[in-house]
Amino acid sequence: MPRKVLEPRFSVEYLSILDSDGNLDAALEPEISPEQLQTLYRAMLLGRRLDERMVRLQRQGRVGTFAPIKGQEASQMGSVFSLRRTDWMVPSFRETAAMLWRGWPIEKLLLFFAGHLEGGQPAPDQRDLPITIPVATQLPHAVGLAYAAQYRGDDVVVMAFFGDGATSEGDFHEALNFAGVWHVPIVFVCQNNQWAISVPIKKQTHSRTLAQKALAYGLPGIQVDGNDVLAVYAASRDAVEQARAGDGPTLIECVTYRLGVHTTADDPTKYRSEEEVQEWERKDPLTRFAAYLQKKNLLPEGLEQEVDAEIAAAVTRFEAAAAADPLRMFDHVYAEPPPHLVAQREEMRERLRSDNAPPEGEPHPSPPMRGQRSTSRWRN
Amino acid sequence: MAKLNMVKALNLALLQEMERDEDIVVIGEDVGVDGGVFRVTEDLHRKFGGKRVIDSPLAEAAIVGTSIGMALYGLKPVCEIQFSGFSFQGFHQIENHAARYRMRSQGRFHCQMVVRMPYGGGVRALEHHSESEEQFYAHIPGLKMVIPSGPRNARALLVSAIRDPDPVVFFEAKGLYHAAREDVPDEIETLPIGRAHVVREGADLTVISYGAMLRVAREAAETLAAENGVECEVIDVLTLSPLDRETLVASVRKTGRAVIVHEAPRSFGPGAEIATSIMEGAFLSLEAPIRRVTAGDVPFVGFARERANVPDVARVLAAARDTLAY
Repeated sequence: MPRKVLEPRFSVEYLSILDSDGNLDAALEPEISPEQLQTLYRAMLLGRRLDERMVRLQRQGRVGTFAPIKGQEASQMGSVFSLRRTDWMVPSFRETAAMLWRGWPIEKLLLFFAGHLEGGQPAPDQRDLPITIPVATQLPHAVGLAYAAQYRGDDVVVMAFFGDGATSEGDFHEALNFAGVWHVPIVFVCQNNQWAISVPIKKQTHSRTLAQKALAYGLPGIQVDGNDVLAVYAASRDAVEQARAGDGPTLIECVTYRLGVHTTADDPTKYRSEEEVQEWERKDPLTRFAAYLQKKNLLPEGLEQEVDAEIAAAVTRFEAAAAADPLRMFDHVYAEPPPHLVAQREEMRERLRSDNAPPEGEPHPSPPMRGQRSTSRWRN
Repeated sequence: MAKLNMVKALNLALLQEMERDEDIVVIGEDVGVDGGVFRVTEDLHRKFGGKRVIDSPLAEAAIVGTSIGMALYGLKPVCEIQFSGFSFQGFHQIENHAARYRMRSQGRFHCQMVVRMPYGGGVRALEHHSESEEQFYAHIPGLKMVIPSGPRNARALLVSAIRDPDPVVFFEAKGLYHAAREDVPDEIETLPIGRAHVVREGADLTVISYGAMLRVAREAAETLAAENGVECEVIDVLTLSPLDRETLVASVRKTGRAVIVHEAPRSFGPGAEIATSIMEGAFLSLEAPIRRVTAGDVPFVGFARERANVPDVARVLAAARDTLAY
């Protein structure tokens, strides 16, 4: 009855192809056509520019609280770029760039963040779940989707997004465990942006990587430079192909950084240094990828203006959208409204009729998300 | 027509629905090879295989959560939580998601799924194996909450729950699993969700109950008829949410008196909503305050004290006589 080693020592791969100084590991460079490279860059730029515009819209009170993506464009686009339209995407709440790529119209996202649930309604043919806010709770749904696809024999891969904080939640562990046992076609994409609001990764876990958490569930885990879109794409493409071939799930940890606030109700100067932010700004995924494209003569002229015009047109459409009809809040509670909801709807209709029009008022400041203290900025 | 206990009746519902519709899958702890700890899923694994009758890892949140994902894809999962006392480890999946996907996606997605769980006392079991916690589920908009009271309506309501396009939490009283056998028709039978059933007509007093407590209510009604010449109307609620207020109100408009019996703790329990609904709909008919006969507002008391805590016929009789004498 000796004491012996049952498993080989585990190892976790790290992948970087294009570093922050623009050095390329040509042997690892994925094959992406020039047109696709340009498409990828445009999608990242659109995500960045919309994000910046949305922060301004929020400060003006035209949209509510939202979670900016600045700095995470490569993690999102490198991964989601490897999906087909017929695959499923399961977001958390910080995936604007990936959601745009999956076909969510800009004005719909704006509508959603302006407090209209209509903005969260996926198109009839869109295989995307709406934004899910309670951390990690969407991951079992993604596993269920993958199980159902496998059960029906459909050629479908599911990609699920979450952050570093989510890896502390039970639902993350349960989802990985079920995915492993069921061997379903799913790719878990962790955007490790170093901060779960004010809690840094070293207080979130004692594990050296988040990728290694997959090993406990019998799944491969890989850590990639999440600001290197080529590395994220290469790892995601492999994981998606593996899932599609029936070879099971993968966890990809994208090491990235949230350059902006947690949400527009957050003040990161309370918990992290300006030096740290500047250090990560040097690793900006967009400048790095732009330099790479420049060397290949693939960077189009006037792209920023084109992207900004697309955003401006969408903002105009968003602002022209009809005012919310309060009575529609009863429409999607059940398939058929039971008698008490019919009565409550009627009660509201009467009230609205007698109140004349409800007061428009000044735009409300956005409340904090997920247990944040209110900052002075929020109060203003 | 066969005489079946509630376990066999529920098993028949699952079997016949699974034969009819390949999108129905069963998932839970020990539901497969073992046939469920109460044998409700017996033989399903043998008939339909491990892909449709899934012995899941032991994790309530993921049992409900993955069922939600399956439902979003178009399957119709019936998941089993082994005891309602453990359902709180998956409660967030029910409240945050199963009940909300229709609203959140503005009708693009919905969760056609059933979450079955045994509830209630009377089986000399440990903590978390004896509680009655329907009030948590009845409170959630977007969710339906069903509690049958016998083999025949359990079978019919489970079939209806499986076919319902909205998520249904389905409570099965452990004390009823083997309590009685009833004629259950061979052909598939359904019962409308959202409708209470008048199981005994009477003009003097309305006794309202559901699940395992219905038997207590009926026995009290028979005793009152025999000993006092009082004719009770007994209503089996069957669906707690959406509540059939119309049937409850119509009965109390006739009788003017009501006693509500449930096993859950009293405060903020189903009795409060039922009493308020009666007050709103039948205020001018009321001849006496509405009485609630319930468990105490205490956590699990241990089964040695359970009989004192859970309503029995004597307590219902006392409340009924007080109400009648008011």
